[in-house]
Amino acid sequence: MGMTMAEKIIAAAAGKESCKAGDIETVTLDRLMSNDGTTHLTIDMYNNLKHPRIADVDKLVWVIDHNIPADSPKTAASHKKMRDFAREHGITFYEGEGVCHQVMMEKHVRPGELIFGADSHTCAYGALGAFGTGVGCTDYLYAMVTGTSWLLVPETIRFNLHGKLNKGVYARDLILTIIGRISANGANYKAMEFAGEGLHDLSIADRISICNLCVEAGAKTALMEVDDVAMEYLKAHGREPKALFASDEDAVFAKVFDIDLSEIQPIVAKPHFVDSVVPASECEGTKINEAFLGSCNNGRIEDLRVGAEVIKGKHVAEGVRFLVVPASREVYKQALKEGLLDIFMAAGAMVMNPNCSVCWGACQGVIGEGETLISTGTRNFKGRAGHKDSYVYLASAATVTASAVEGFITTADKL
Amino acid sequence: MSDKFTARIWVLGDDIDTDIILPTEYLAFKTVEEMKPYAFSPLRPNLASQIQPGDMIVAGNNFGCGSSREQAPEVVKALGVSCVVAKSYARIFFRNAINNGLLLIENQDLYDEVKEGDIAEVTPGKEIVVNGKSYEIASLPDNLLEILEAGGLVKAMRKRNGLD
Amino acid sequence: MGKTLVEKIIGNKVGHDVKPGDIVTVDVDWCMIDDIMVPFAVQKFEEMGFSKVKNPDSVVLIYDHFLPATQVDDTRHFREGDEFAKKYGIKNVHRTDGICHQLMTEAGYVKPGDIAFGTDSHTVTYGCVGAFSTGIGYTEMAGILGTGQLWIKVPETIKIEIDGTLPGNVTSKDIILRIIGDLTASGATYQAIEFTGSTVEAMSVASRMTMSNMAVEAGAKCGLFVPDDKTCDYCKIQYDDSIKALKPDNDAKYSRILRYRAEDMVPVLACPSLVDNIHPVSELKGTKVDQVFLGSCTNGRLEDLRTAATILKGKHVAPFVKMIVTPASRKIYREALADGTLEILSDAGAIITTPGCGLCCGRGGGILSDNEVVVATNNRNFLGRMGTSKVQIYLASPATAAATAIAGKITEA
Repeated sequence: MGMTMAEKIIAAAAGKESCKAGDIETVTLDRLMSNDGTTHLTIDMYNNLKHPRIADVDKLVWVIDHNIPADSPKTAASHKKMRDFAREHGITFYEGEGVCHQVMMEKHVRPGELIFGADSHTCAYGALGAFGTGVGCTDYLYAMVTGTSWLLVPETIRFNLHGKLNKGVYARDLILTIIGRISANGANYKAMEFAGEGLHDLSIADRISICNLCVEAGAKTALMEVDDVAMEYLKAHGREPKALFASDEDAVFAKVFDIDLSEIQPIVAKPHFVDSVVPASECEGTKINEAFLGSCNNGRIEDLRVGAEVIKGKHVAEGVRFLVVPASREVYKQALKEGLLDIFMAAGAMVMNPNCSVCWGACQGVIGEGETLISTGTRNFKGRAGHKDSYVYLASAATVTASAVEGFITTADKL
Repeated sequence: MSDKFTARIWVLGDDIDTDIILPTEYLAFKTVEEMKPYAFSPLRPNLASQIQPGDMIVAGNNFGCGSSREQAPEVVKALGVSCVVAKSYARIFFRNAINNGLLLIENQDLYDEVKEGDIAEVTPGKEIVVNGKSYEIASLPDNLLEILEAGGLVKAMRKRNGLD
Repeated sequence: MGKTLVEKIIGNKVGHDVKPGDIVTVDVDWCMIDDIMVPFAVQKFEEMGFSKVKNPDSVVLIYDHFLPATQVDDTRHFREGDEFAKKYGIKNVHRTDGICHQLMTEAGYVKPGDIAFGTDSHTVTYGCVGAFSTGIGYTEMAGILGTGQLWIKVPETIKIEIDGTLPGNVTSKDIILRIIGDLTASGATYQAIEFTGSTVEAMSVASRMTMSNMAVEAGAKCGLFVPDDKTCDYCKIQYDDSIKALKPDNDAKYSRILRYRAEDMVPVLACPSLVDNIHPVSELKGTKVDQVFLGSCTNGRLEDLRTAATILKGKHVAPFVKMIVTPASRKIYREALADGTLEILSDAGAIITTPGCGLCCGRGGGILSDNEVVVATNNRNFLGRMGTSKVQIYLASPATAAATAIAGKITEA
């Protein structure tokens, strides 16, 4: 019987010929990412171990991205703990270089790898054919100490993409539409695999955006077959695949969806659930206080280009704060070279240092009581961006930027 | 001015700046009441809870230097501090204190001669007596006395606007 | 008898001669209210029972301390500011443009000879263009909003004369730190400072701002420079007779005169935790640092960023050391984008934040933890200002800061 891509990666990591959905396998991890959201807790637990050791320090990547620069003595103390530990043990360490998942894509992820990240959006790595999944800090610690972990092999839901997205419609509209359709727990424990000729037209940025958000449907991971586009990205970043896997023709899928990309429309996910997806036109006119273009979901150069094109020669609406946060230093520098940062600054946006920003809702532009944010971030949960009584709408870079210009939710074609 | 009163002394040093009196972190609280527990916290985290209404603060030179945050004198006043006696004050703090009706007294000797816990007997505009010794104190200029006597600048302005 | 610059500015405003010690009521040209103080000033204004703002066009609201917002209640300050501005017809509102003290001259408000008050102690900065400006509390600000006036006591003046050419690694920051060290943190309390001499005449307006900005750290009421053609270029006004008259008389009377030779100046630091605890950089050489901060209304201007970029070009911030760069305004950010400065700084590993007060005001922008050491270009190193009381803050020039970032320890540029 054929195997899915997820089964193949796990089998390889378990040192086996094959495995199937429902099996529990002991796997050797290829890479372990952790950020300042929880690493200080991991370190505390590590220091309480009887025989603390790190199985393979070269596999660890630690990133300070959630609260950078630090906004309180508390976050500064957890950063220091992380920095000191990384330094002492020789762990690959980034501080202020960007959102962890973007840094991982630019510098570390290789096709065929099995990666644990102490962050739910680790599923983004599927854009390069790697099995990335989010874990808590206890699981992380076990993997860090032993180099291994156990995994329930997931069933796979397959999405065959056909056709092309229309102009003004983005990957983000696509994945939010899918989440709206299958619901926030529609892929619980499962892998979401994307394939079909429609995939090949999507940029790596689009693919990351899609995979990254799959956890919002409950998925354990997201996967995409590696094609020429992915190989080019790897080459440009100086890396080779570990292994190239694809689902077999006769692989068994829990479900198969066929999606016509040309039918996707600009959408908005309304407060307070990612699957409260409606056509953007339904929210037209909703007043906003803040707009956010950034995050591991939508803070790449392609997204900034979209935003810059929308806002060029225009100005942010009076009283609206428009945060533009490149996802990494690489993105920041590219946007600087292309003149995009100046377009945003000239238009009255606040260009910030690469970090998680208001997507994480802690230190870079939190919103207050009764305020409304339109965001390219990952989540719109109640209180996610600041005050418990505030509202977050999720939309594409184009819709977010157009809304920043008008001061209310609108789409770019209406400007 | 008001009558004679007695006060227990808390002693602080030179250059007690406004970040010590109230760190920036707490400036956005809506009310001075919420800020109270954090007064003097960088220097003496427990002091705010130890100060009792009527107590006085004795300090060295340049008390209140630093920012113009009026929360600083307001929070001192809200703690119930009856007066501050220092060798000198930073000018913005001085104005802010008067405008909020917090009595400030300048004296060169007291700081060097008293210790924490001593009891002072204060006659505003005239003298402070501690451990049997009298320290002379000066009166304020007229325009400041007017504000103090009105009960602060807000009340003075209300009067001007015919409200009180 | 001759007049000092501050006596002339105040005298011009009240229409008669004034002398130190006089208490006069002045018409206020500019009121600056920053985001921290907006709700408090508004509340006091309403308590006072005013029904309108006397001169709405003289009022400037600037949101800078809480940008980007780090606490859920921060944006309330913006909201209340916006509502107040709308209700009373205040048109000058800067929501995301940079630090208040940078904007008050950069955006064309304060001009030579003006009298300005602000709800922040570094309002003294505008002395760089020959304006009398000083910090006040929000209650007094509320009073000015309603009446357009404030009483002031005419200050005595300390004259500081600096002549000669500065060594290459010495900036105006080193000079003002040295002066504060000599005067002490309370040495100029209630007084005006006048900065004169060939060294300051040769300085850019930006360098002068660094010095006027920190006059308050010696307790001064204001720190003044005689306006010249450079000032007028910066303010986009004519260098005419009225401006030329804004200078002290030769026989003006000073409470104190300090004279310095620029050639004697060396790079210095203000050591923890007092601004007047000044030591030569060479004495502290080798002290390990965890972070470097380049920014603030003291040293976040284009020339400061350029100085750092010149030193950092082709080099990299030391491993495990953070360098945080916070341009003082949107205009500066854009200029530094345009001339390649930000690219050099980013290549060197600096974290470039959005313009605002950043770390200087301790609400974000790189807060530190126990036993960490930071070299910063801002104006205050008070206990607990950038995190816990156990953070060691050294104040330095942008040149010293940049050299220190590369070495990871305190280093002379």
